[in-house]
Amino acid sequence: MEANAPIVKFHCVAKRYGDGALVLDGIDLAVAKGDFVTLIGPSGCGKSTVLKLVSGLSPWTTGDVTVAGKAPRQARDRQAFIFQDATLLPWLTAQHNVELPMRLRGDSAEQRRRRAAEMLALVRLSDARGFYPRQLSGGMKMRVSIARALSVSPELLLLDEPFGALDEMTRNHLNEELLALRDRTPFTALFVTHSVAEAVFLSNRIFVMAARPGRLHAEVRVDFPYPRESALREKSEFQTKVNEVSRLLHQVEEVAAR
Amino acid sequence: MKRASDFWVWLLPVVTGALIIALWYGVRAATGLQSWILPTPLEVLQAAVRERQLLLAAAGNTAVGALLGFLFAGAAGWVTSIVLGSSLSLRRSLYPWLLVLQMTPVIVLTPVIVLWAGAGLPGIVTVTFLISYFPVVANMTQGLLSTDRNLVALFRMSNASRFQELLLLRVPSAMPYFLAGLRIAATLAPIGAIFGEYMVGSSAGGTGGLGFLVYSYNTQIKIPALFATALTSCLLGFIFVAGVALFNWAVLHKWHDSYEQPDR
Ligand SMILES: Nc1ncnc2c1ncn2[C@@H]1O[C@H](COP(=O)(O)OP(=O)(O)OP(=O)(O)O)[C@@H](O)[C@H]1O
Ligand SMILES: [Mg+2]
Repeated sequence: MEANAPIVKFHCVAKRYGDGALVLDGIDLAVAKGDFVTLIGPSGCGKSTVLKLVSGLSPWTTGDVTVAGKAPRQARDRQAFIFQDATLLPWLTAQHNVELPMRLRGDSAEQRRRRAAEMLALVRLSDARGFYPRQLSGGMKMRVSIARALSVSPELLLLDEPFGALDEMTRNHLNEELLALRDRTPFTALFVTHSVAEAVFLSNRIFVMAARPGRLHAEVRVDFPYPRESALREKSEFQTKVNEVSRLLHQVEEVAAR
Repeated sequence: MKRASDFWVWLLPVVTGALIIALWYGVRAATGLQSWILPTPLEVLQAAVRERQLLLAAAGNTAVGALLGFLFAGAAGWVTSIVLGSSLSLRRSLYPWLLVLQMTPVIVLTPVIVLWAGAGLPGIVTVTFLISYFPVVANMTQGLLSTDRNLVALFRMSNASRFQELLLLRVPSAMPYFLAGLRIAATLAPIGAIFGEYMVGSSAGGTGGLGFLVYSYNTQIKIPALFATALTSCLLGFIFVAGVALFNWAVLHKWHDSYEQPDR
């Protein structure tokens, strides 16, 4: 395999659930190693479905999807999924939740404990390791979820509106943390959000999707260098990008309304 | 704040109880029924004190039958649900027949039970089991099938085996359902045991339980004592329910929302 082969590749992919209408059509997408790719688009346009295809949770109808050159299911050990709600097991402490994927793949207890402690420290939750999910705030739960996903050092991280349920300040903080974590444990990200500002802050590539059937409407490149810091949000270039993406979103929404 | 609300929590049922007793005396006075038809609460208590040794011994015997039947129902219910929960085709083929078993009135089965399990304790345990088994299965199976879809996706994404998924995800997340089933079973088990004693019991060598006392007080027309037997059965039922509540607390209080501490 060539060094810069895409880690995720969609070739002319179409998808329908059962014998329903087409949910995705003609998706061509190549995510390169190190990319931070964001999908944004109207509700129901198939963003989550794209992630389900990549993770092998759901089959596609026609075309081809590969992850690291393999069928998605064969590449699961290289990816991790972060859901909108933190999806922690309520009967496990933060620490044991972080250990879960390592436990499932059979790491030793000692290895798991050490790695979980390390990951909880990275998301600044060392003091909460003995807490059960119901004792954690929404933001803390999400940080546990991020620690859990990164504990297995995935090459590819899939995130489906991970910060959608959080207030703006927490969301901004976690955005900055997520980028900082990428320097410590490098990963390629495929990210779904409804927030244009979040998309611009995090990504180097944004795909605006149109609905019914879901298509890639336009790609916007965001060339601000990493590491990015919160001051970036104040810059006028940042605002210009946000406006550009918003305009594209309006376009696809107007088409949908007609 | 705390004191006041606790006070009401205790006071309300006491007030309701007092009203019911007043109504009871009222009915007695208005109808002029005699004590062997409708004894007053006081007469019931007096009978309970008078018959305390018989009642206690019988309650002990009933408790043994009820507990054994309950434990079997809990264990068998647990295993059955895991079997049902792990395969759709097994569920399709077995569940209707479990329903049929549940619909069959146990009273119809009692002659067969005596024939197969024998009179006395084995028969009583069988009757108790039959009465308290189904709620456990129904609840736990529902629980196993109600696992959060995202959590299932998380396990699939982590390449978890079906066994890991069952053991580490489906069973723990079904625990609140299982315990709800046990709670129903706990209210049914003493009733089942008493019914069993009445139908298939034996009183040989002082092994007669409350069901036997129902029979013997009834034939002797000792109606206050019969009411006292009912009172004793209630107390036994409460002990069973309290036992399950304790178990429920031990399993769930650390993580389940039903034990969320109110901030005060
Ligand atoms: N399991 C399913 N079975 C049938 N149809 C589904 C299923 N999941 C999604 N769909 C349909 O596929 C379409 C795309 O859904 P998807 O969840 O991918 O949208 P989305 O872009 O993530 O939306 P949102 O922004 O609201 O999360 C929708 O029309 C939805 O009704
Ligand atoms: Mg979605």
